[in-house]
Amino acid sequence: MDPIAKSLKSTSVSAKIERRGKLITQLCTMVIVLLVIAIFAFIASKGVAIFGQDHGSVLDFFTKTTWNPDKQDAYHRPLIGALPMIVGSFAVTLLSVIVATPFALAAAIFMVEISPKSGKKFLQPVIELLVGIPSVVYGFIGLVVIVPSVQKIAGGSGFGILAGSLVLFVMILPTITSMSVDALKAVPRYYREASLALGATRWQTTYKVVLRAGAPGIMTAVIFGMSRAFGEALAVQMVIGNAILMPTNLASPATTLTSILTMNVGNTIMGTTANNALWTLALLLLLMSLIFNIIIKYLAKRGELK
Amino acid sequence: MKKYRCGLFIVLAVLCLTACSHTQAKEQTITAVGSSALQPLVEAAGEKYNHVNPASFINVQGGGSGTGLSQIQQGAVAIGNSDVFAEQKKGIKTSKLVDHRVCVVPVVPVLNKDIKVKNLSLQQLQNIFVGKITNWRQVGGPDLPIAIINRAQGSGTRMIFEQQVLQGHTGIKSPEQDSSGMVRQIVKNTPGAISYVALPYLTDDLAALKINGHAVTAHNVQTNKWPIWSYEHMYTTKNPDHLTRDFMKFILSDEFQQQDVKKMRYVPIRSMHYRQDYQGNKTKI
Repeated sequence: MDPIAKSLKSTSVSAKIERRGKLITQLCTMVIVLLVIAIFAFIASKGVAIFGQDHGSVLDFFTKTTWNPDKQDAYHRPLIGALPMIVGSFAVTLLSVIVATPFALAAAIFMVEISPKSGKKFLQPVIELLVGIPSVVYGFIGLVVIVPSVQKIAGGSGFGILAGSLVLFVMILPTITSMSVDALKAVPRYYREASLALGATRWQTTYKVVLRAGAPGIMTAVIFGMSRAFGEALAVQMVIGNAILMPTNLASPATTLTSILTMNVGNTIMGTTANNALWTLALLLLLMSLIFNIIIKYLAKRGELK
Repeated sequence: MKKYRCGLFIVLAVLCLTACSHTQAKEQTITAVGSSALQPLVEAAGEKYNHVNPASFINVQGGGSGTGLSQIQQGAVAIGNSDVFAEQKKGIKTSKLVDHRVCVVPVVPVLNKDIKVKNLSLQQLQNIFVGKITNWRQVGGPDLPIAIINRAQGSGTRMIFEQQVLQGHTGIKSPEQDSSGMVRQIVKNTPGAISYVALPYLTDDLAALKINGHAVTAHNVQTNKWPIWSYEHMYTTKNPDHLTRDFMKFILSDEFQQQDVKKMRYVPIRSMHYRQDYQGNKTKI
């Protein structure tokens, strides 16, 4: 074969490089997917052990309030009532989101609609700074400042859902704000122009057009904040009191799924009932974050359709 | 010139590497993991041991008694420190481990300084922790609700306290903290708070309680007048290496027991007039 035909028929260097590049990226993606599957499978298998090998009852787990996996009830089932932690986790999450969302929305509207210049100059860096503060610092401030104030106002020890929510409020505020800013920025300029051309005031435009059009994005921001609040362990653990009790009021000590996990994991031994029970909590946390992600995906899709 | 410099660099690097590996061959490190109540003592012992044997390093980590026992069972460390007998922890195969009791640690109930209660009977203390007594007024203190702060479930200090004070009764559910430091911080700041710490962690900003009229002193622990005490255990495998064996011998030596153990407010193991089994039963020696 003559050399020209040969060089035309054989694969060129750049084609080889491309194939190699494709292979590497595919391999990396595979590794990540496998890793996720492995983590899921591992936590799931560990998490259901308490119901299988230790004969725990799923109903007990979601409805009973006594958590003492080393002890057994009259039917020889471990005491794994996780309701106080589930309630605690949801309570701090919802409360902090309810408090944080108005502030975050107001800040976002200010930054996008009212004063984009100073928003970009001052608020943006401040909010980015808030994201960067480690959670232990938030927890420490909560312990030193928020807990004593709650103690003075509400009585009791000061530890509880209120203190936890206040700490989480500051922690998720930047998340919700910056994502809401993105959502509002994504609203097309001609929406605003059309509204103003119809004679609407700036407030009417913001309220009736921009916020409505950006609603799916804002909802995504709120769910993201919830997801962060739900998974936060350290800062909440420092201020919530860690009592496995059904919270009677906002200032009574309570606990969350994450703080029980971090508190007890060093004191249990792999394979024992107490350890398996903790894995079940971990599984529940994983499932919850999965649900949050699904909601976010769903909202994003709905936003696209508009 | 450049070549020469490069060659010199390689020679130096090789020399350095061989030097490192040379010293590494002599150096030995063992790791002791577990109980945070025992951690300060083992750290002090490790430092002293290193002074005497400069090539031997003892790496000490906390993590809790449960961690200590499970790590030594898996063979991941040389020594597993524990506040409780391995028999008290579910899932530990005691036949594989050797128990070295290195000292006795008293556990002290501590109060917020504003509560002017100095003394309680063991029964009163039990009643507080099972929830029968809920106000300090009931034991001669101010009219203030009692705020119990527990250590985490399965923590060694809590197991000692519950075994000796609750004696099988179930404690009332209450806030939990996962370290002595947090307990100290919170008892200091919370009105009406009561908790307990291992004696080495007791500081002046907390009020230590007397039990049945006896303060927590070495002598009262030795004679069991102070009832809340337990052994500090250092578990090793059946056939530990030379360094581990030698280190255990060092900790149990009379010199270390009489000086450092006493100084750090533990009670030397051989001075005890009482012995205790894993169920908490005490007998006179």
